[in-house]
Amino acid sequence: MLTDLFHIAIFPGFLFLVISGFIAETIDRKMYARLQNRMGPPWFQPVADFLKLIGKEELYPCEADVPVVRLMPIVALTCVVTAFLYIPLSGVKALYSFEGDIIVIIYLLTIPTISYFLGGWYSRSVYSMLGAVRAIIQLFAYEVPLFLAILAPTILANTWSLSRMAEFYSQHPLLCCFNIIGFMISIISLMGKLEKTPFDIPEAETEIVAGSFTEYSGRMLALFKVSINVETIVGAALVAAVFLPFGFNSGWIIGSVSFVLKILFIIFLMTLIRTIVARLRIDQMIDLCWRFFAPFALLQVLINLLAKEFLSI
Amino acid sequence: MIRPGKALKMVLEYIFKKPATINYPHDKAAMPPKFRGKLSFDASKCVGCKMCMKDCPSGAITIKKVGEKSFQAEMDLAKCIYCAQCVDSCFKKALSISQEFELAQIDRKKLVVLLDNSNAESDKK
Amino acid sequence: MHDPHAGDVKVPVGPQHPALKEPESFLLTLRGEKITSVNIRLGYNHRGIEKACEERTYIQSMYIIERVCGICSHSHSTAFVQAVEEIAGLEIPKRAKHIRTLIAELERIHSHLLWLGVAGHEIGFDTLLMYTWRDREIVMDLLNAISGNRVNYGINTIGGVRRDISKVDYARILKDVDSLEERTKYYIELAKEEVTLHKRLSGVGMLSKENAIKYSAVGPTARASNVNYDVRKHDPYASYGELDFEVMLSDKCDVYGRTLVRVGELMEAYKMIRQLVKSMPEGDITVKAPRKIPAGEAISRYEAPRGEDVHYVRSNGTDKPERVKIRPPTLANLQAVSHMLEDRYLADMPIVIAAIDPCFSCTDRMISIDHGARKGAKTVDWDYLRAYGIEHYKKSGIDMDKLNRKFESRMSKVC
Repeated sequence: MLTDLFHIAIFPGFLFLVISGFIAETIDRKMYARLQNRMGPPWFQPVADFLKLIGKEELYPCEADVPVVRLMPIVALTCVVTAFLYIPLSGVKALYSFEGDIIVIIYLLTIPTISYFLGGWYSRSVYSMLGAVRAIIQLFAYEVPLFLAILAPTILANTWSLSRMAEFYSQHPLLCCFNIIGFMISIISLMGKLEKTPFDIPEAETEIVAGSFTEYSGRMLALFKVSINVETIVGAALVAAVFLPFGFNSGWIIGSVSFVLKILFIIFLMTLIRTIVARLRIDQMIDLCWRFFAPFALLQVLINLLAKEFLSI
Repeated sequence: MIRPGKALKMVLEYIFKKPATINYPHDKAAMPPKFRGKLSFDASKCVGCKMCMKDCPSGAITIKKVGEKSFQAEMDLAKCIYCAQCVDSCFKKALSISQEFELAQIDRKKLVVLLDNSNAESDKK
Repeated sequence: MHDPHAGDVKVPVGPQHPALKEPESFLLTLRGEKITSVNIRLGYNHRGIEKACEERTYIQSMYIIERVCGICSHSHSTAFVQAVEEIAGLEIPKRAKHIRTLIAELERIHSHLLWLGVAGHEIGFDTLLMYTWRDREIVMDLLNAISGNRVNYGINTIGGVRRDISKVDYARILKDVDSLEERTKYYIELAKEEVTLHKRLSGVGMLSKENAIKYSAVGPTARASNVNYDVRKHDPYASYGELDFEVMLSDKCDVYGRTLVRVGELMEAYKMIRQLVKSMPEGDITVKAPRKIPAGEAISRYEAPRGEDVHYVRSNGTDKPERVKIRPPTLANLQAVSHMLEDRYLADMPIVIAAIDPCFSCTDRMISIDHGARKGAKTVDWDYLRAYGIEHYKKSGIDMDKLNRKFESRMSKVC
């Protein structure tokens, strides 16, 4: 019981995730700055932002539905932390696993988007309602490619448990070459979920001020920012566990080091894509996702089905 | 050929180059010699004609008589627009510009200062 | 019956909004993501500059007019000084004209690089912002070395220029222009090949040639709709009559066309600066100008980076101008914005407003539109208005005489 509490609250649960979320944000912002030929914020900037925000007063518009609005950041943070408990880190076995947990992880990662929508809608300000509606429209665009890409490798592995899938792929490492298209699609769809450029449409600063987060301030805004950082780590860990199953079988030191390297690699890719493209419009984004990414994700499913058939696994 | 990510090559090159920004206020940038910063005043050359006061667009400089043929220049740094017209108007060349620009204060009264001859360079044309 | 306007949302863009760099109010009416109408209100940046000039001498007014805008400060200063020199009948030396033109082209470079960065930021492409503003530092440091300040150069005086350029500066100018030209060629390539820029800039903010003339667009906004008008070519001032350059036109009529026009103007500016440095004549940099300008009036036009800037000055023989009126380019371009935004998406709003290169500090002057319907309306001057105000307040019991005496005694300490 006590070890369970330790796992959930400290490692690899809440505290570990919050701290590694700050580290991920530091790396992202520093790298973004260096790619743009400037120095960037100091390494402790995310912690300083968090501490400053906690100390500020919370003000909400009079027409806002304050209990719902204050509940949403807590819901978002809870869901992403819970999703992390099912992802294998350094070894093949995650903290808790059961058959079908990969579906639960993906659904748990969808709930924060709904919480951005509800938080923005019930803030009742023009900018937040526009941002909330855009967040839901964006959900319709990237969700299908993300689901298909994450679930395609399970076809070969014959299981819907993430831990068993990691075990299967670490025993047959060459089979993950079939999943390259899925890897690229899932990185881009993950950027859609995390609302990073070119998909940061719900939070477009120059169009709708801050989207759903416009009327948030103080502690609840700090929690929202923490939940976005944690969602980055959780999404990157999910993609790493599904598509990059290396280093799972060689003991916990090499496993931890390879986990850190994998997360760093995925964050590096996301920051790089963020630097070199402009933001899209919402109609262009839906066009792009349904015309390019969904067919490629379907292609990935087809490749896996054919591989399963002809390699008779 | 229109493709995404045209900036990729240039962006990756910058990982290995020095950043173009400096860590102000720890590292400071130097201003060139003609930079128009705070004024400096040579009381030995002033004759009290008050041409500088007449030509100042914002009424920032005030010449006060403190003795026989001896004058003081009082400047309101908040009103000065650092145009250096007074430097051009003074035919005795008593005023000149220094490169000092970090003049911010929290208390507005501290911005009314007496000019001194801290920067003895005459202005360069 | 179902109300067709039931789903309309009014989104206020401004006066404070992250899309606008300066305060101005655009009230958009949205249906879903489509803009149905735009209501523009000006005046948030009015500082009373034209009135301030009437109580200051010509030399003082020159510095006030320069601070109408930070980005196009030399435009306003030169236009004003040219008008005053025309009234006084002064012929300024050739070297002064060349130096003015050199600073003007350097200002155009810094303004267009700033615009490229702002356009990148409005569409979410922050990398372009950082790169262009880093290159802009080259020009700003050069102007700092020549004139003494990064903006608000203060290089003009009535009768010529105040500071001279030395041989050391020539070498630096040519070196900086070479490095800037190389960087600008990269931005042209980027604009031509990056697909997200095309998606956000093409087809957005369409303004056909007839509409550009009807809504009196000026500058690169009009030249991107194939309206061939550039004050430097068609009504040359300073040294532009002797320089060899092309007027950049584009027939795309959208924001992408305006980008191409501005980047083309950058390349032409580099050409012009090289010609100016090579052909700089020797001589004085200023002629003696009288303090009291004889009575008269003059209009002077100038091609600011944003378009045609018109200054009108009227003098009455004293050392203070009687009336100064400025028609900035953004005021002319603003009429076209509401037309360009109709029936477009909300996401296009920042880039369409940014595409006319708005400078709302320049824009906010007094305009009165007289439809001719009001009877008994007449134009009054400041003395009449002041006497009228004093009478009006005396009737409600407020005595302005004491206030006036205090004001007069403080003014007499200065003058």
